[in-house]
Amino acid sequence: MRNDNSTLQLSGLEPLIVTPESNFVNVGERTNVTGSKRFARLILEEKFDDALEVARDQVDGGAQILDVNMDEGMLDGKEAMVKFLNLIAAEPDISRIPIMIDSSKWEIIEAGLKCVQGKCVVNSISLKEGEEQFIAHAKKVKRYGAAVIVMAFDEDGQADSYDRRIEICKRSYDILVDVVKFNKNDIIFDPNIFPVATGIEEHNNNAVDFFMATKWIRENLPGAHVSGGVSNVSFSFRGNNPVREAMHSAFLYHAIQNGMDMGIVNPTMLEIYSDIPKDLLERVEDVLLNRRPDSTERLLDFAETVKGEGKKQVKDDAWRKESVEKRLEHALVKGIIEFIDEDTEETRQKYVSPLKVIEGPLMDGMNVVGDLFGSGKMFLPQVVKSARVMKKAVAYLLPYLEEEKEAKRNDPNRDQTKTDAGRKILMATVKGDVHDIGKNIVGVVLACNNYEIIDMGVMVPADKILDKAIEEHVDVIGLSGLITPSLDEMVHVAKEMERRKMKLPLMVGGATTSRIHTAVKIDPVYSGPVVHVLDASKSVPVAGELISGERKVEYNAEIKQQYAKLREDHANRKEIKHYIPYNRALGNRLKVDWQKKEYVKPSFIGNKVFKNFDLNIIRKYIDWTPFFQTWMLKGKYPRIFENETIGEEARKLFDDAQKVLDEVIENNLLQANGVVGLYPANSVGDDIEVYTDETRSEVKTVFHSLRQQGKKGTGIPNLSLADFVAPKDSGKIDYVGGFAVTGGLGIEPLVEKYEKDHDDYNSIMIKAIADRLAEAFAEAMHAIVRKELWGYAKNETLDNESLIKESYQGIRPAPGYPACPDHTEKPILFDLLNAQEETGIILTESMAMYPASSVSGLYFMHEEAKYFGLGKIEKDQVQDYAKRKGMTLEEAEKWLSPNLAYDL
Amino acid sequence: MSRNIKEILKERILVLDGAMGTMIQRHPLEEEDFKGERFKGHPHSLKGNNDLLSITRPEIIKDIHRQYFLAGADIVETNTFSGTTIAQADYHLEDAVYEINFESAKIAREVADEITAQEPHKPRFVAGSIGPTNRTASLSPDVNDPGFRAITFDELVQAYKEQVIALTDGGVDLLLVETVFDTLNAKAALFAIEEVSEEKGKEWPIMVSGTITDASGRTLSGQTTQAFLISVSHMPLLSIGLNCALGAKQLRPYLETLSEKADFFTSAHPNAGLPNEFGQYDESPEEMAEQIEDFLSSNFLNIVGGCCGTTPDHIRAIAEVASRYEPRSLERQIIQD
Repeated sequence: MRNDNSTLQLSGLEPLIVTPESNFVNVGERTNVTGSKRFARLILEEKFDDALEVARDQVDGGAQILDVNMDEGMLDGKEAMVKFLNLIAAEPDISRIPIMIDSSKWEIIEAGLKCVQGKCVVNSISLKEGEEQFIAHAKKVKRYGAAVIVMAFDEDGQADSYDRRIEICKRSYDILVDVVKFNKNDIIFDPNIFPVATGIEEHNNNAVDFFMATKWIRENLPGAHVSGGVSNVSFSFRGNNPVREAMHSAFLYHAIQNGMDMGIVNPTMLEIYSDIPKDLLERVEDVLLNRRPDSTERLLDFAETVKGEGKKQVKDDAWRKESVEKRLEHALVKGIIEFIDEDTEETRQKYVSPLKVIEGPLMDGMNVVGDLFGSGKMFLPQVVKSARVMKKAVAYLLPYLEEEKEAKRNDPNRDQTKTDAGRKILMATVKGDVHDIGKNIVGVVLACNNYEIIDMGVMVPADKILDKAIEEHVDVIGLSGLITPSLDEMVHVAKEMERRKMKLPLMVGGATTSRIHTAVKIDPVYSGPVVHVLDASKSVPVAGELISGERKVEYNAEIKQQYAKLREDHANRKEIKHYIPYNRALGNRLKVDWQKKEYVKPSFIGNKVFKNFDLNIIRKYIDWTPFFQTWMLKGKYPRIFENETIGEEARKLFDDAQKVLDEVIENNLLQANGVVGLYPANSVGDDIEVYTDETRSEVKTVFHSLRQQGKKGTGIPNLSLADFVAPKDSGKIDYVGGFAVTGGLGIEPLVEKYEKDHDDYNSIMIKAIADRLAEAFAEAMHAIVRKELWGYAKNETLDNESLIKESYQGIRPAPGYPACPDHTEKPILFDLLNAQEETGIILTESMAMYPASSVSGLYFMHEEAKYFGLGKIEKDQVQDYAKRKGMTLEEAEKWLSPNLAYDL
Repeated sequence: MSRNIKEILKERILVLDGAMGTMIQRHPLEEEDFKGERFKGHPHSLKGNNDLLSITRPEIIKDIHRQYFLAGADIVETNTFSGTTIAQADYHLEDAVYEINFESAKIAREVADEITAQEPHKPRFVAGSIGPTNRTASLSPDVNDPGFRAITFDELVQAYKEQVIALTDGGVDLLLVETVFDTLNAKAALFAIEEVSEEKGKEWPIMVSGTITDASGRTLSGQTTQAFLISVSHMPLLSIGLNCALGAKQLRPYLETLSEKADFFTSAHPNAGLPNEFGQYDESPEEMAEQIEDFLSSNFLNIVGGCCGTTPDHIRAIAEVASRYEPRSLERQIIQD
């Protein structure tokens, strides 16, 4: 093979030689935080062992190159890349294949190149930022000994026609070969795979252009290879997997024929070319090859028949002919509300006692729902709809139930000890916290499984929870919370239970709760059973075990033992972590040449209020991925629609959300208010002094930041937000900003209306939407600040995708989040902005914002500013911090408890 | 002179020298010999820091170079295997790194020029020896913390740059990145060499020589021979080869791979067999030459020499064999493929 001009040679521990005979090299892409939510979560939570498993699965599954991407706003991408590549290097069964270092940031790529002994692939560089930078990067790639993917992208944008593709690829190639002296065989072009059959005429030739460009590259640019992400081509058929799979397979067939020899393909989304039904294939190829003017319409029509085949027709009325019990079950499983009253009435007459209807056919139907959900065959949005049907039926029966109760009460033979319902669970969001979407979802899921739920709502004090629990003879108490101070409140509730000598099982859940926190902090203070519940689907088995007669004692002992073991492991693990003294951490601050920095004076100094901000603008900034997470549908928007199992359900949910959002906007049902403040500022140690004006003679307020104290490798700073503002002794006038926005004003009457209507689905929906609006508002406001109000990035043009990836300059960290976990910075921010008065957002005693759909934070403009996690800190820093804030040590320790590296 | 080496390699097999350490051991040297006048006041023990002898006992080193040249070597390696700030840190002699490399290159250059003047038909070359350092960039020294690294790529580049600048200032003809047990270290060395070339506006032919550490046929950092070759092929190397750790016999399959796959000239400088129970290498010159002859008759190699345990007698025997065989041809290999 030596000196063969068409040979790309790569290596991990073992070689990978791409020859014309190797046909197609498959790149594994699950170790990509932008493509895999699960992987992103594992990395963010530093679960590197599990993350390595993802990589291993890719290799076992036949990936020939492993794509690694750490471009995530909440991550220190460089650190994560280095850490993960170093860990991979220690796993011979993973590192045997070559790595593809994937990032839009050169600094991350370069950091990765410094960790890999084999010959890897850089993904990617392009002429986007001009020739000079392209040459500089290519030279470096060459010097590090890597191959390179070049995007068909130049100063004018992404190539979208045949001519532009070959023009850019040719220009890139010539520069690489003639100027950089890059090995021809190490050049891989990504000539952009774009969707076809979008209904837009200009897109009709997208696939053909790609094929032609590929062919041209392989024929005219000797040595160069062609790669791309295939699933993009079928984007407009999201939710219709048969068509998409056929499109991928046919596309690949033609692309490979034209010379594409590498790429990212999801093997589960690939039909075998020869197995594609002839009529479908013909229409797919008509579209791909742009063979006839009506090819899009023809495929669309055909797609409907493929999609609806065998489902649609039968569904409509056949089930109405079944027995009434079957009809109820069907309505519950499918969430159909239309006939529920008449069917319930029919059953009531048949069963005579309304209670028998509930305990009989309705409960049977809900058990089917519970089973389907438990086995992963139904998804949360469907379950919530089922619950709505159930509640409707029960509501219909309620008057008859009352009647029956009345009759019983007058019956001298009644059994006084027996209550109506079986097993009761009390649910509450703890004092100081206002978040309840998660709790409501758990309530619905439990209700579907035959539990009676007593929901006490939000901000419920411990004594009220416990009084109610005793009064109602509940079987389990469930506590929920989203913000960190809620963790302490949960500990408090547990202590109170112990003091009152209660024995009731306690379930805890919510975004900041964790198994480890439960084991270390809650379990030891209460002698009764305590269990952490990860999500709604886990709540059913846990509740079952906690309550069931036979298993109860055994299960409780098991859980206690498990948590004791966790505590022990935790204590042992802590000893290996290394921390440095606070003054040394201070000395290792981020090094910035403040004399050479550019300082941009905002367009105003002070606060600016936005009332009733246009929701149509906000809507454009919505990141839908977390919306699906709320509904326990895991996947990245819009790719989630392609998912084989949940795609269809996600699509329905999304359509519903759009409808609700349309209605909200049209009728002005929710209001968005916000306030932004921009002020001169300097850092003094870890404090950020905010000044009234540029004379800086009067300190208006002070923000207090915390500094990472973990031991860092050489050249890696211990970060603090204060590092992102010019220090006072630099003599430079710098600026910081603050903001508070809400998208949830006016939500109460809506929620009330839905709850009255027993409509959990829409109640959760409106809250989830308000949350999205608040986040989108924060994003929109940040863009306005960058481009206009502060104006440090006037020329920025970013699409929503880039916004979600946060690939803009500057950050907007929020108090209570990883970079500044102390919630008590919020009142300082709120005072500065006069936020309570201007926006209507209220801070609770635990510093939660109400309405819950609110976001607040600080703005930092310099390019050095990036998100980071504080991690654990030592007592020396907490003491200093308490002094700076004028708090007692105990108070500071209380607010910072999740971040303490030591035990209290 | 280095301009010609590519031409000469097409004509005949070149002979590299043998072990430096083995030869130094023949001299009974004490602490004072290592310290000499120059490092008299150094507070730490310097015995065993062989590279230092280029400064403190240059006549010994020059004599060794001379013996190898006279035994038939075309290329001698400078006495700088541990001449990086990283390796010298063990002796607290980071500051002496420039001097070690410069002086080592200078004395080897003097001997090479002296012999070339005597035998102009057979020019002699000096290869600057660049060792692997005692740290690994892609392996953790701590089994409990696999993500940890005792050295970074950047630190290695920095250290190698200092060494390369001094070696080239001292007048070497070639650079030899050798005993590569972690390819990432080697890539850092190559990175450093390219930076120095760019800064000085001059290029030096580069030889790279890896080390297969055990019977698995892989480098210490786990790469197969071919993966190792691919990983360093981004540079226009003069040669790629293997040295140390194994004797000639055990190297055979891996040299065969290199010979088949490499676009560069190939080299081998194995140990004098495997160490015996006393840690000594006791393969005789004749035994070793016999093994080497097998490689040469199979047309595997362009450059041969010796590593641990080899002496001028070994090199003489190897040179004799080498003179009887044609070198491996890059052109012919291509046609065969």
